Amino acid sequence: MCDTCGCNITDGNRHLLRADGSHRKLTAVSVLNKLLQHNDAQAEANRALFDRHGVLVINLMSSPGSGKTSLLEATIKALDGALRIAVIEGDLETENDAARIRALGVEAHQITTGTACHLDAHLVAKVLPKLDLENIDVLFIENVGNLVCPASFDLGHHLNLTLLSVTEGDDKPAKYPVMFRAADAMLISKTDLLAVLDEFSPERAEACLRKLASNAQVLRVSSKTGEGMREWLDWLNRRLEHYRNLRRENRSLSPAVQSEGRRLHGLARPDVRFKPETA
Amino acid sequence: MHELSVCMELIDQVEAIARSHDAERVDTIVLRIGSLSGVEPGLLESAFEMARLGTVAEHARLRTERIEPRIRCRACGLEAEAGPSDLRCPACFGTDTALITGDEMILARVELLQAAD
Repeated sequence: MCDTCGCNITDGNRHLLRADGSHRKLTAVSVLNKLLQHNDAQAEANRALFDRHGVLVINLMSSPGSGKTSLLEATIKALDGALRIAVIEGDLETENDAARIRALGVEAHQITTGTACHLDAHLVAKVLPKLDLENIDVLFIENVGNLVCPASFDLGHHLNLTLLSVTEGDDKPAKYPVMFRAADAMLISKTDLLAVLDEFSPERAEACLRKLASNAQVLRVSSKTGEGMREWLDWLNRRLEHYRNLRRENRSLSPAVQSEGRRLHGLARPDVRFKPETA
Repeated sequence: MHELSVCMELIDQVEAIARSHDAERVDTIVLRIGSLSGVEPGLLESAFEMARLGTVAEHARLRTERIEPRIRCRACGLEAEAGPSDLRCPACFGTDTALITGDEMILARVELLQAAD
């Protein structure tokens, strides 16, 4: 349909143009606005703030109960102060997760979303003034446990880390492609349980991820036994070094899926055409 | 169920467009929703029923055009349709493909009603 020949007047709306002599004009406005541009603008502001302070921000996503908070606890203990960490916790209710992090002497702020199934850039922006960004190396944002919605909202973070615990199905990347396609790394958690859960195959999980055309690194970690912690901390340190190198050139970092989206849909900016049509 | 949040932003954008064109009300809204966008058109339409109340889009119809994934293979150059959970090249089965379309969440068109002069 175009804006010039009247082909935007359909059987469904034609009556509105000639309804009992009331004279209304139908105007078709073509736009290419991203539906989440308001969120995305706040996300860019958040990212600019993180970048001014050189804080690497990682968005942690997974199903509920995949071990996100346990991974953070194990990470904080293993780092033993080598990096300055802060955590934002997103849950529907309770301060429980933030309390677990604070018990380790690390700054943690809880966002309770009520009924909302995800964090968004505005919710994150509200807690940022509470953080001492100048004295943080890595900020983890633990998103609401949910494999669907969090992937759609840019928070202003730099990297997506998606957890898949071995108590879930190894075909989760195939079932939740939007979430797993967004992962800059997929971390298979609770690997200490693999011995009793022979139906979960890390190889099958990785094969499902590769089918999404993802080259994200796959890590295997047990927060309980410490297995795989070294590889995970290596990944974290390498990403931090990469981020700092980019910052030295005044560049930043976005999750791979977002950079690709921008290249593909860079056109998705307001492009309003206006052509009045008389009834 | 984040379709309501998406709808709230949609209504904000539509209201701004309606205002800037002095529209009396909004007749039709057309969206393009990729099947890899994370938004379900059906749920979005239900959420829209709620979100539009009391706005200039209260009587508007929402049309969603679903966009299926298409990929371009970086190895062999083929462009092809793909399934949401299998974005490999259908010819060479390579996993180094770029998504060309299918993850968008775009407001494409708004049809406004204005009182004639």
